[in-house]
Amino acid sequence: MGSTISSIPFAGTPEQEKQLRDVIAKYKSEKGCLMPILQQAQEIYGYLPIEVQKIIAAETGYPLEKIYGVVTFYAQFSLNPKGKYKISVCLGTACYVKGSGDIYNKLIEKLGIEGGGCTPDGKFSLEACRCIGACGLAPVLTVNDDVYGRLTVDDIDDILAKYN
Amino acid sequence: MYRSHVLVCGGTGCTSSGSAKIREKLQEEIDKNGLHDEVQVVKTGCFGLCALGPVMIVYPEGSFYSMVKEEDIPEIVEEHLLKGRIVTRLLYKETVTDNGIKSLNETNFYKKQHRVALRNCGVINPENIDEYIGTDGYQALGKVLTEMTPEQVIQTILDSGLRGRGGGGFPTGMKWKLARNIVPDADQKYVCCNADEGDPGAFMDRSVLEGDPHVVLEAMAIAGYAIGANQGYIYVRAEYPIAIKRLEIAIKQAREYGLLGKNIFDTGFDFDIELRLGAGAFVCGEETALMTSIEGNRGEPRPRPPFPAEKGLYGKPTILNNVETYANVPRIILNGAEWFASMGTEKSKGTKVFALGGKINNTGLVEVPMGTTLREVVEEIGGGIPNGKKFKAAQTGGPSGGCIPSQHFDIPIDYDNLIAIGSMMGSGGLIVMDEDNCMVDIAKFFLEFTVDESCGKCTPCRVGTKRLLEILDKITKGNGTLEDIDKMEELCYYIKANSLCGLGQTAPNPVLSTLKFFRDEYIAHVVDKKCPAGVCKHLLSFEIDPTKCKGCTACARVCPGGAIEGTVKNPHVINKDKCLKCGACIEKCKFGAIVKK
Repeated sequence: MGSTISSIPFAGTPEQEKQLRDVIAKYKSEKGCLMPILQQAQEIYGYLPIEVQKIIAAETGYPLEKIYGVVTFYAQFSLNPKGKYKISVCLGTACYVKGSGDIYNKLIEKLGIEGGGCTPDGKFSLEACRCIGACGLAPVLTVNDDVYGRLTVDDIDDILAKYN
Repeated sequence: MYRSHVLVCGGTGCTSSGSAKIREKLQEEIDKNGLHDEVQVVKTGCFGLCALGPVMIVYPEGSFYSMVKEEDIPEIVEEHLLKGRIVTRLLYKETVTDNGIKSLNETNFYKKQHRVALRNCGVINPENIDEYIGTDGYQALGKVLTEMTPEQVIQTILDSGLRGRGGGGFPTGMKWKLARNIVPDADQKYVCCNADEGDPGAFMDRSVLEGDPHVVLEAMAIAGYAIGANQGYIYVRAEYPIAIKRLEIAIKQAREYGLLGKNIFDTGFDFDIELRLGAGAFVCGEETALMTSIEGNRGEPRPRPPFPAEKGLYGKPTILNNVETYANVPRIILNGAEWFASMGTEKSKGTKVFALGGKINNTGLVEVPMGTTLREVVEEIGGGIPNGKKFKAAQTGGPSGGCIPSQHFDIPIDYDNLIAIGSMMGSGGLIVMDEDNCMVDIAKFFLEFTVDESCGKCTPCRVGTKRLLEILDKITKGNGTLEDIDKMEELCYYIKANSLCGLGQTAPNPVLSTLKFFRDEYIAHVVDKKCPAGVCKHLLSFEIDPTKCKGCTACARVCPGGAIEGTVKNPHVINKDKCLKCGACIEKCKFGAIVKK
């Protein structure tokens, strides 16, 4: 949950805005429509900057502060853009007892960013996640949709090298 | 008719270790060898033995191949599928005996298991409704709609003794009965499914959704009939993409077959189900928070009463059950309440699925009758602790639960026994810890989790857990006092007594249970300033044993702080003032000369 506002300027395209408005039109008459709209808005833009929240507020009639409240409540919604490669280290219990904390710390050190942050070139973002359910492969991390399991700290360099 | 079927696990564990590519390669090789009319490849749900993934099983022989790699596929196809010669080197070791191959069900991992909720997982193709129907699927719904009154359905569930598998253990039939009767003239009721499996290290609900999604749909329709609801919602974690996809397919197929929708089985009963995705908030596993979240709000809990059976989703009577609970329902209807009640202990009937994880050989999913002992689960089914290490504790119940030490190894696992020793069943995560895990660190780990996930609505939880974490942090850094331990214990009871919802009421459990069983470790941290397991870095010191050091300089070269001094071929020394305690030197030393104390 990143509650600080991003300093990176908003760069939404008219196509994205049209997609967003279509999504809102599709859901807005349904009960409990806000969650699906926000989820799809994040799919479209990759994150939920205030500009996007304002469009949703105007179209649905929900006050902006309610939308902001929901966005900042859930871990999945992000106010900041993510890197091209999103690294998530599982800190679920099964991974933690097998040393995923060390792997996470190593990545913080290697990438020079804090958890939840993004490298200045926009390439990597790093976050901790709770159990992706691949406990049999613990400890695990994911880079976008690729899953790496049975890790040791020594594997980190090779994994990062694949994306550099 | 196919002469051979190859079942390839398509659960998350195996998919993560590359089973999708294996399946593609398998199909490619089968086509290449002209076997596509003879051999069928089936993508199934989880087999349970995730540690050995990717796994596949070839029928009719029942050969169980584990840790299969893409390059093994041509051999399996050419040798086994074409020539009928089983590739022994790839078989799961346990199935290979001097007298040939034994069935998977006779291996230690499977023989004590009894699969009710996981009955179809790893057996059928979850994306094909016909396979579910082929294993008696939707028969229970048919029976309920055509032969039973709603009251009879509720009575059957009550008689079976089924209790909620999500953690609390509330009798399911009681919940249904309340929802049926408490508001007699309700114009709308809802059936919800909690598939927001939030306990880290628990993945049984995910496996049911991925391996047998129709069982949940069928059970929800049965529940709808029983309480008088015609709309269902499944609240599923967005982190489970495979489960979501299979649920979407299952709902679509069930609608096409007329098993969801209007006038099911021509009985005039309408029932439909929609999915709602969670967005990563642990507190949404709490029933009132979950419903608030479905309504499109911040997922904060509200005080009960009124209970959801009276005022739930959108203010209407609602029942909420967890995935595994639902997975038991169709079997109870078909086999009868007595059958279900014949399994388990006096107050905990049936079976329970556990996700075995952590320091255990057979990580994976197991389903055992209630009352099975922890020893049987860890040593026999789980295959014990890797690397010859000693068992220290098993953690159940996730962040709400506690750690069970070895002196309670023979306790029969059921709801009440676990609560009696300060833990709880929870949703079924069972994480094994060995002598290298520090119990203070584990308590701190769980508190970090609850501090992060506390929704902030009530003060005891929001502020109390934060203070607990601060004290734990102080202790792990070597600054704790005996008074801190007492203060912490007192605070735990305040938080338990005064928090609004289950999250806060159970958040101190990891601290209390480790204090109860591993107080000596806390004392070692505050009095001796030592971490016996060697985990808490601030309390460690690194030393080089001069009799073992060969002066190879490997440690000095890898040390990020430049803390290791010495000349080639002479014993080195660690400068404690500069040492960052990162442990890099230990990893590099080939002679075992560096010890942490």
